[in-house]
Amino acid sequence: MAGSGAAASFGAFVLAACGSGGKSSSTTTGAATTNATSATSGGGDVAIANYALTLEYLETEFYAKVAASGLFSGRSAALIKDFGAQEQTHVEALEGAVSKLGGTPAEKPSGRFPIESAKRVTELAYTVENLGAAAYLGQAARIQNAELLAAALSIHSVEARHAATLGTVLGRSITPDGAFAKPADMQTVLATVKPFLA
Amino acid sequence: MSHAETDVAGAVPELAAIEVQGGMTRSGFLLKGALAAGGLYGAGAVAPFVSAALAEGEAGDVEILNFALTLEYLESDFYNVKGRAVGLTGDAKRYAKTFGEEEADHVGALETTIKQLGSKPVAKPTFSFPVSDEKSFLALASVLENTGVGAYNGAAPALRSKEVLAAAGGIVQVEARHAAAINLLIGKSPTPDQGFDRPLTKAQVLAKAGPLIEK
Repeated sequence: MAGSGAAASFGAFVLAACGSGGKSSSTTTGAATTNATSATSGGGDVAIANYALTLEYLETEFYAKVAASGLFSGRSAALIKDFGAQEQTHVEALEGAVSKLGGTPAEKPSGRFPIESAKRVTELAYTVENLGAAAYLGQAARIQNAELLAAALSIHSVEARHAATLGTVLGRSITPDGAFAKPADMQTVLATVKPFLA
Repeated sequence: MSHAETDVAGAVPELAAIEVQGGMTRSGFLLKGALAAGGLYGAGAVAPFVSAALAEGEAGDVEILNFALTLEYLESDFYNVKGRAVGLTGDAKRYAKTFGEEEADHVGALETTIKQLGSKPVAKPTFSFPVSDEKSFLALASVLENTGVGAYNGAAPALRSKEVLAAAGGIVQVEARHAAAINLLIGKSPTPDQGFDRPLTKAQVLAKAGPLIEK
C-alpha cells in the first residue's frame, strides 16, 4: 500500500496548517496521545470502532468550535453546521456500535484547534476530512463484523463528501489522490491528530 | 418496487447475466439483507441461503467486480463521450475532464483485477444518455455518481477478498468526492443522505442505471 507516503504528507500539511497555533507542552500532548492510543487497544472491531469514535469526537468538537467562532456566514456557515451535525451522528452511531460489540466507548478527548481565520480553518477542515476519509479506508479491510463494516463504509463516503466540498470551497483538489484514494494506518493518523489533543 | 426491479433486470440482459444465482445473491451476502429476508420468510429459510452465499467465495467477488465494471464503463462513457458531445463550459467542463479520466482509471483497474482473479471482464455495453445540454448533463451526473457511491457501499461488505475490498474502498471514496462536487455545482446538498450514505442493492442500482443501457 502507498498509504504511508500519503499519510506522511497529510501529516506535514497538518503541521504546516497548525503554524504558531500548534505549540504545545510535550507533556500534555504525550499524555493525551497515550489516552487516545489506549482507547484503541483491546483488538479487533472494538478497537477500530473506538479509534473511529475518537476521530469523530475530535471532528465534532472542531466543527462546534468553528461554528461558535463566528468566522463564517451564509452558505459556508450552513455547511459547517451540517457537517458538525453529521459528525455528531457518527459519534452516536460508533458509541452504539462499541457497546453492541461488547466494548466500552472510548472517552471523549479534549481538542485544541487553531481557529484564527476563515481560510486557515477551512484548510484545516479540508486536511482533517481527508485524513478522516483515509483513516476509515485504512480500516475497512480489517473489520470483521458485517454490520460495523457497512456502517464504516457509509460514514467513510460521507467524510469523502465533506473533504471534496471543502476542496471545492478552497479551490483545491476534489480528488487529491487521483482516481484511487489512499488509506492511512492507525499509527499515522493518531500521530497526525496528536497536535490537536489538548 | 420488486415489479419495477424485475422489469429493469429483464430489459438488461448483460447485467442480469452477471448475477450467477438470481436476484437475491448479492444482497443476500449482507447480514442486513439476510435479516430482512428472515423477517419475511422466517429465519429457517434464510440460514441455508446465507451458507450458500458465504460458500461462493471468489466467484462472488468477480460477479461484484463485473457489476462495478459495468457502472464504471457507463460513467466513463458519460463523461468522456457524452460530456464532449454536449459541449460543457467552466466547472462542468473541468469536472467532466478530471472525473472522466478517473472513471477510465477505475475501468482499467477493475478489468485488471477481474483478470487477476482468473476471469474475463464483462463486455462493455452500449449506452444511451438522455441529456442535451449542460443542465441535463449535470443532473444525470449527480444521479450516476450518487448511485455509484450507494452501489459500492452496498456491494463491498459482500466481497470475500480483503484486497479487493480495500481497492473498492479506494474507488468509492473517489465516487463520493465526485458526487459531492457535482451536487454542489447544481445547488444540491453535498451530503444528500446526511451522516450516512445509504447502501444500495443491485436492484436499486439497476433501477437508476439500467434504462441507460441500450444493449
